[in-house]
Amino acid sequence: MKYAYYPGCSAHSTARDMHESALAVAGALGLDLIEPAGWTCCGATAAHQTDPVLAASLPTASLLKVRDMGLDMVVNCAACYNRMKVANHEVSTDPAMRKKVSDAVGRDYDGSVKVRHIVEVLLEDVGLDAIKNSIKQSLNGLQVACYYGCLLVRPHEVTNFDDPENPTSLDRLVTAMGGVSLDWPHKVECCGGGLSMSRTDIVVSLTDSIVGMAKAAGARCIAVSCPMCQINLDMRQQDIEKQTGTRHDIPVLYVTQLLGLCLGISPDRLGLKKLMVSPASVIEKIEVHANG
Amino acid sequence: MAITIKKSSKEVEGLIRRVEEISGVDLNLCYQCKKCTSGCPVAKMTESPPSEIMRRLLLGAGDELLGSDIIWACVSCETCSARCPMGIEVAAVMDALRILALEKKAEKQEGNVPLFNRAFLSTVRLFGRTYDIAMIAAYKLGTLKLMNDTEKFPTMLKKRKIALLPPTGADRKTARRIFKKTKQNKAGKE
Repeated sequence: MKYAYYPGCSAHSTARDMHESALAVAGALGLDLIEPAGWTCCGATAAHQTDPVLAASLPTASLLKVRDMGLDMVVNCAACYNRMKVANHEVSTDPAMRKKVSDAVGRDYDGSVKVRHIVEVLLEDVGLDAIKNSIKQSLNGLQVACYYGCLLVRPHEVTNFDDPENPTSLDRLVTAMGGVSLDWPHKVECCGGGLSMSRTDIVVSLTDSIVGMAKAAGARCIAVSCPMCQINLDMRQQDIEKQTGTRHDIPVLYVTQLLGLCLGISPDRLGLKKLMVSPASVIEKIEVHANG
Repeated sequence: MAITIKKSSKEVEGLIRRVEEISGVDLNLCYQCKKCTSGCPVAKMTESPPSEIMRRLLLGAGDELLGSDIIWACVSCETCSARCPMGIEVAAVMDALRILALEKKAEKQEGNVPLFNRAFLSTVRLFGRTYDIAMIAAYKLGTLKLMNDTEKFPTMLKKRKIALLPPTGADRKTARRIFKKTKQNKAGKE
């Protein structure tokens, strides 16, 4: 199965582990991910807070490159996924916007490239049965809080990802890996996303509430699928401890890192050393030796 | 809570019209059920929650609304839009208010969100992709709080959790064209 894989900017910087684990898992499951040459930034929150035409034009530049490849676009970063889908929606439903965007990009685009999140590809194209059959090591009943955040599920009429209030995609993957996915109320709460640097106070308060709730629900780790959720929930645990005295100490892993461990891929190839809160307890539970 | 509105002629009408024009939202649909506020993760940290902003706009609020702290505290999580029983895109109203606040140079720009956005977008304009270190440096220089929140930097560098070199391989030409054209388009409107 061939896909055009849009890594997103963070794949080469703060979320290299997201990128590496996705490639390793895709390789093990027979997914062929091809990076479109010359892809550009989706504009993220900064663009849509600044100018709607810029916000639709930046993703369009990359969508056009994928259209030329004649493949579906697979995205791992929830933020890029969201911006791609919103751009598709805007140019396909608003003729005035389509005109402005084609003027900015220099080519007309109709919004027709199919954009899919890697979790959707794992569930729909690979399938849970095939995943179960490929698994070499089980999560051994590890209690996992699956956290979806905002950008996969909202706006739902645009992303059309799972259920907007109680999504279960990550939970189904975790269950297939032999983990126990927890029922908890903060699956789609916001971590503060792009305000991590500009309003750290807000982000620390929101992540404290999310990580604290996961812990109260009995989580031994949190599974995510967005680089901003990952870095906020993981890195801000230090700030939470400093400000409130509470040490949560809960590892926050990409679902592709968990899956990679279950597929028998070495922790090094999954970028597990990049996590701020050590995932040693998780690796131990799966009985993979750190030297893999 | 008492809401005080400054009524002052034409300018006042302009704000709701411009908000509706930019966001494509019909503010008359709001019947103040406050579901947006109930689900808003930052409502309790701000002076005016989203439902109050909606009401103020409908009552004819003017430019003073652009100083509301929620405009820059809003995390764009879209919970408000998702839960509005009337299908109002409240988050699009917040985007519109941010655009107007910048356009009209509203005084209060809490937490330097616009500065961060500019730093972010300028690296995209130059490299076609974000360049975190340059973006962080530009942002920190702008805030004049160079040492805030930097204690994690050594660990991030050690873990190679942040790229040192600028990104390569992006179609920089198209990225620059997009920035140039959208800037011209915006300038033409004002």
